[in-house]
Amino acid sequence: MSKPKLGIYWCASCGGCEETVVDLAEDILGVVEKVDIVLWPVAMDFKYEDLRAMEDKSLFATLLNGAIRSTEQEEMAHLLRRKSQYLIAYGSCAVTGGIPGLANQFPREQILKYVYEETPSTVNEKKIRPQLKFEESGREVHLPGLWNVVRSLDQVVDVDFYVPGCPPTPNITREAVNALLSGKLPPKGSVLCPDKALCDECARKDSKPTNVAFVEFKRPHQQLLDPAKCFLAQGVVCMGPATRSGCGAQCTSGNMPCTGCFGGTSRVRDQGAKILSSLCANIEAKDEAGINKALEGIPDPVGTFYRYGLAKSLLRRRVDLPA
Amino acid sequence: MTKDWKPRIVAFFCNWCTYTAADLAGVSRLKYASNVRVIRLMCSGRVDPQFILEALTHGADGVLIGGCHPFDCHYVEGNYKMLRRFQLLKRLLADMGIEDQRVRLEWISAAEGDKVKRVINDLTQQIQALGPLGFPSKVADWDREMTELEHHVTATAAGVCACGESEMAAAKPEVAHV
Repeated sequence: MSKPKLGIYWCASCGGCEETVVDLAEDILGVVEKVDIVLWPVAMDFKYEDLRAMEDKSLFATLLNGAIRSTEQEEMAHLLRRKSQYLIAYGSCAVTGGIPGLANQFPREQILKYVYEETPSTVNEKKIRPQLKFEESGREVHLPGLWNVVRSLDQVVDVDFYVPGCPPTPNITREAVNALLSGKLPPKGSVLCPDKALCDECARKDSKPTNVAFVEFKRPHQQLLDPAKCFLAQGVVCMGPATRSGCGAQCTSGNMPCTGCFGGTSRVRDQGAKILSSLCANIEAKDEAGINKALEGIPDPVGTFYRYGLAKSLLRRRVDLPA
Repeated sequence: MTKDWKPRIVAFFCNWCTYTAADLAGVSRLKYASNVRVIRLMCSGRVDPQFILEALTHGADGVLIGGCHPFDCHYVEGNYKMLRRFQLLKRLLADMGIEDQRVRLEWISAAEGDKVKRVINDLTQQIQALGPLGFPSKVADWDREMTELEHHVTATAAGVCACGESEMAAAKPEVAHV
């Protein structure tokens, strides 16, 4: 009997999720023993035509990482949905839009203009931008178009399971693959991760005061951080209380606060609103001036609270941008 | 937008003060704009910022929160918690392109039926001037860019897709990078 076929695909992502698959190290041999990888553009050479020629549902599962932003990515998301029994949103970008989702604060034109004309390292006097079609010696070359909106995978196609993280850790990747192969799966739409807040597995949990009483908020580079004390007690924004556990609290163990890449737990609809609620309620001041003084330490609430989740948040995108 | 559009405002009122004040306004036969849908909560401190975002993204044009005056909270601290959240939420909403005037926090005691009337009328007028927020229809506009391609992909799904790259590309909507 042939082995189940696995696809690994990337859309608007940085390659960090692929790195996690590599980080499985020798465990990847165990995975390869059980499955045939039939699509993995970052590591192996496969053609889209071969994939198109496959029968529908012939892939056992596809791990798709990256947000959906271009016509090609959307087309591939549809194609892989059709070819796969299980489509897994793998990594923050596919699950909630990730870092690319922050582009939903700006119009497409502003982004293109900056990237192709204005970055300090760009020399482009003729202001040339990539075109959708280009003809040379009778041959027509096509490039994907860029959408106005960055989307999470489930805003484009139906998703079976979610594996969050920026990137997901090798541990939860291994567990997800094993769960898929063993068929012991939770209900469709589940996140293959524990459903508790990060604080639950954070080693600093015991030093979290009952009453935090923030006087000011500091960013990690502005002070020497105590390696054992709860970040909130040090006046540092930590997304832990509003973030799902499962990563093994790697950032807080490395003396950096949680930035929220695993998204909220199942009880949370909007991670950013939740952490805003929690942090603000615990400010010490009771008058507007004092409150605003403390809040000066959070100069960019959208970028801080929705770092990985803007595209999938309630607000999704700056409301006054063109469609 | 149609001419007969009227602002839709969701109001979260504290049980101990603003809700009682709205009751007072009612028994005093004070007339105020009917654009407000009141939701009674036990305290303004119970207003989760998620509620406000949920209202705005599900079709509300504005949100009003009514709580007890400082030093007057039935639960001692709830109104301060709301005020603190409100200060940062206002900045967050502004960053996401939602006008400042659409979300308002007011302290209204149980005796201030008149203030309920004043605040609701004033906010309704302000939002009338701003026009609809119309979040659900904006999302529909945003998602239109995907529809055409989606139709194409579903159409080719019928056969055991033998279509070449060029056919796929030809059916794509033109999105020029200019």
